[in-house]
Amino acid sequence: MFKKPSRQPLANGDLLLKDALKDMGRHLDQPMRRAFLQRTLSLGGLSMLSGCGIVEESDVENALMKISRFNDKAQAFLFDPNRLAPTYPDSMITHPFPFNAYYGEDEIREVEEEGYRLEVTGLVADKRAWTLAELRAMPQTDQVTRHICVEGWSAIGKWGGVPFASFLRRVGADLSAKYVGFKCADDYYTSIDMPTALHPQTLLTLTYDGQPLPPRYGFPMKLRMPTKLGYKNPKHIQAIFVTNNYPGGYWEDQGYNWFGGS
Amino acid sequence: MANTTDLIHPRWVRITHWVNAVAVVIMAMSGWRIYNASPFFPFAPPGQITLGGWLGGAIQWHFAAMWLLVGNGLLYLACNIISGRLWRKFFPWSPRAFLADVLAALKGKLAHADLSHYNMVQRAAYLFVMVDLVLLVLTGLVLWKSVQFPLLRELLGGYEVARREHFLAMAALVAFFVVHIVMVALVPRTLLAMIRGR
Repeated sequence: MFKKPSRQPLANGDLLLKDALKDMGRHLDQPMRRAFLQRTLSLGGLSMLSGCGIVEESDVENALMKISRFNDKAQAFLFDPNRLAPTYPDSMITHPFPFNAYYGEDEIREVEEEGYRLEVTGLVADKRAWTLAELRAMPQTDQVTRHICVEGWSAIGKWGGVPFASFLRRVGADLSAKYVGFKCADDYYTSIDMPTALHPQTLLTLTYDGQPLPPRYGFPMKLRMPTKLGYKNPKHIQAIFVTNNYPGGYWEDQGYNWFGGS
Repeated sequence: MANTTDLIHPRWVRITHWVNAVAVVIMAMSGWRIYNASPFFPFAPPGQITLGGWLGGAIQWHFAAMWLLVGNGLLYLACNIISGRLWRKFFPWSPRAFLADVLAALKGKLAHADLSHYNMVQRAAYLFVMVDLVLLVLTGLVLWKSVQFPLLRELLGGYEVARREHFLAMAALVAFFVVHIVMVALVPRTLLAMIRGR
């Protein structure tokens, strides 16, 4: 997993609590983060119940997780494959478009175009790796849509690239498979449902605002879905795989809702 | 069960009231934690009074309790309308009588002899909180699924406006909650009535 030297001592619990979300990716390695999250979940969420010994903490966590899985199904039911997210005029684009990741701006990955190959594996007919030039040669489209973050804020941006549905058809993906998973150069990983993968606004994004995607927005490519929250939109994608086995995700494995629809 | 005509609050009112109370407390406390992830006003509720521990935990609580809030709320409204209690208890409505009751309340002279009868201030407050909860659910739907509910989204002014509306409706609910608790403390018999029914 992703490790970086921490800039602050781990003992500084208050600071970590304050910026639980973004900072933990930076300051703690994976097993410690898990333990920390479990502890804070009980501190903030369950002390009033479990402190009195009324219920077991883990029972409440399991119940919440089960409801989150139920909410995945509810969202899949509500998701209309033909309903488009609103689009906006260029004049409404948010400047500067915010940077957001599980790490800080000083740790943005620089992926070299030379030597870059997009791996495509799993339930696809054509497992050949793709160069950026080949992706750019496919028919392109762009969209100005609202990016909604799980934190609540939103921003409007302009993304261009290959409609993901045409890419999946081109590689002969099994379109009846349940999931499409993504592995990224910044060690991020996530997965989405097939109906969203085939949504007309789901874009294998190569450009931002008419320019090649800059590193801060995920060079060489990100998956842009205006029908899902920001953390479902992976950047710096290196590998795409089609599968029927639930692949989870970086934040999803820690408790964010998997469907993450909008 | 004893003679039901003596009941101030039928059983379904008491059950839905307390379920609603639990749901509202969970929704508000987890909602504050979610708000704290990206505050849009120059203040944020202290972390100690929020629920969930971190954003992901708070969202789990919020999107679990929403089913309780909505399911229970629909049950309450259905019973209220079908039984005719809504019209009996909260209407008729008279602005003049409302002002008179507000004045009486401010002077500390508003009588509570008959708990089965709501004065105009109570009627206004309870109707307000019903409407406010409906608004919280509708604005919440726009935040949760802004793409899937386009009509609702546009009616409420779009995603970013709905965020503020959701927050202000929450603030109004908290204000109601505070006044409600103060009134119960002043007239403790009302608490017994909401537990025992009489």
